Amino acid sequence: MSSLAVVAIILAGMLLAVGTVDVPFEEVIKIVFGKSSSNKVWEFIIIESRIPLLATAALSGAALAVCGLLLQTLFGNPLADPSILGVSTGAGLGAGCVMLSMGTVISSWFGSMVGGFVATLIGAFIGAMTVMLLLLLFSSFVKSSTMLLIVGVLIGYVASSAISLLNFFATEEGVHSYVIWGLGNFSGVTLSQLPLYSWIVALGLVASLLMIKPLNALLLGRRYAENLGVNLNATRNALLTITGVLTAIVTSFCGPIGFIGLVVPHISRLLLHTSDHYRLIPATMLTGAVVAMLCTLLSVLPMTNGAIPINAITPIIGVPVIIYVIVRRNKIFYFN
Amino acid sequence: MIDLLQLNNLSVGYTNGKNKTIVVADISLSLPRGCVVSLLGANGAGKSTLLRTIAGAQPAISGEVKIAGELIGRLSRHEMARLISVVTTDRTNAGGLTVEELVALGRQPYTGFLGRLDANDRKMVRDAIESVGITHKLHSFVAELSDGERQKAMIAKALAQNAPIILLDEPTSFLDVASRVDVLQLLHHLARCENKAILLSSHDVALSLAMSDRLWMLVGDSKLIDGQTEDIVLQGKLNHLFSTDNVTFDALSGEFVAKTDHNKKAYNIKGCDATRCRWIANALRRNGFVVSDDAKDTIDADKIDSVEILLSQIL
Repeated sequence: MSSLAVVAIILAGMLLAVGTVDVPFEEVIKIVFGKSSSNKVWEFIIIESRIPLLATAALSGAALAVCGLLLQTLFGNPLADPSILGVSTGAGLGAGCVMLSMGTVISSWFGSMVGGFVATLIGAFIGAMTVMLLLLLFSSFVKSSTMLLIVGVLIGYVASSAISLLNFFATEEGVHSYVIWGLGNFSGVTLSQLPLYSWIVALGLVASLLMIKPLNALLLGRRYAENLGVNLNATRNALLTITGVLTAIVTSFCGPIGFIGLVVPHISRLLLHTSDHYRLIPATMLTGAVVAMLCTLLSVLPMTNGAIPINAITPIIGVPVIIYVIVRRNKIFYFN
Repeated sequence: MIDLLQLNNLSVGYTNGKNKTIVVADISLSLPRGCVVSLLGANGAGKSTLLRTIAGAQPAISGEVKIAGELIGRLSRHEMARLISVVTTDRTNAGGLTVEELVALGRQPYTGFLGRLDANDRKMVRDAIESVGITHKLHSFVAELSDGERQKAMIAKALAQNAPIILLDEPTSFLDVASRVDVLQLLHHLARCENKAILLSSHDVALSLAMSDRLWMLVGDSKLIDGQTEDIVLQGKLNHLFSTDNVTFDALSGEFVAKTDHNKKAYNIKGCDATRCRWIANALRRNGFVVSDDAKDTIDADKIDSVEILLSQIL
């Protein structure tokens, strides 16, 4: 854990120092600790761009990773994660509805970039929460968690096909901005939006810490958990709500980010050698933040204008881990 | 004195929409403390359904389940968890917990919102692990345990739960013979020494006969026969267990044996050596003969040197 924290701090420092504009490291330190710099452009870049980017990457990584962990424990399935349950796709559909209709009907009204951005956020949030509510609805009469997982996958497919239809009828301009959003980007949260974003994510993370006891009981399966006094339905609804809110907020600001929710819980278990959520949840948050920061660093490293999309980098880190987990499934202790 | 677990006119089954399927009807009995009761029955006779109903995991069709004089519907989840602990053979994802962490989950009904253990909880966890005899595996991962050790760890979890009633659904089904005997001996010891009321469902009739003090037999027509183990055997009631003509209960060996008579011939096996008689009967039954004390043809077991030669003569 402590070595992870060191890595996190180093990565944070690098993220502040690296970018398209070269800012000397002493100046970066000065600006971060509130002293004014000689160069106002540097100050602007660090405060308005790199600090929000760093905070968003860390918070989003922690949030997505915890979502993956909660869902993997809830469904007793090592491959569960927000994107598989269709919550991310729901957010994508919501955002798509806004972006792709912008080019046609309400283009003049949403003429300003800011107005369009807020509308996209609201759309994504509504989409994610709709899928989450649908899952909650199904969970009241679909008792098996595996079946509920399949329902989530199916909802995701329906949302995907709706997105394809929207794309088919949309303008070229709308499709373009939608594709860019879909590539994933941690620089979507501005400094003024950062407090709200941080509060909502922090709330979700704290709520997940409060679920440690029932999560540990769920490792034994439904019957054992019930016998230990766990209210199964209330627990499931609470876990789906937490993951729904966290996924919605992250996806609406940053686009649908894949693999972090799926992979990070596995990395944490492999690092800590435990399934005990007391240690696993904090470790997963930290690992999620580290992985997201690493991906962000890789995305800004080329220092050309603009960054590589996050979703082009996460699979490069994520897929080898997943393949390792699948191949070594019988040897890795924590799913036996 | 109030019985610990009392079933009054209880009918259990499942409802599917408007259809009610009753698998066990109108039973009234109580579970005694300090002994092991085996719940026997054919597949689908309702063993699991009855256990689930007693544990409060599914509602009864009619009648009532009372624990310590209180209807289970009136008990809170935590009160229930402190009165009944359950052991199943369900697949778990607990491989990444150590034995100590797994058994500590049994303390959940007693711990606070975050589930932190105090010194007393830790002591109860250690004691429970010691009672089942796997203290040397305290810090091993559950995934590293043998099936028998894993089942013992789950029993230790039930002990840490400190409930007077322990329900076990097929606790020995994945175990080899030595581990089965081991686990049941452990349960018997716990019932006697810690005055637990232990009810376990089982497919292993011979083992249940050997190791349990009472039998609850689910028989045809949704009935349940309750009785002391040896009394049930000697009263010949075990033949009601399966409603098929293929098998019959052999009270001497304590096992169900094939009942075929396609050779249309019966033998009466006599002899001083009971072991010899038993195994000659085994060979005859397998080959489609009836073995009965009433048969006219007699085989003198003491004179048989080779069962192979005997079979070649009569087949």
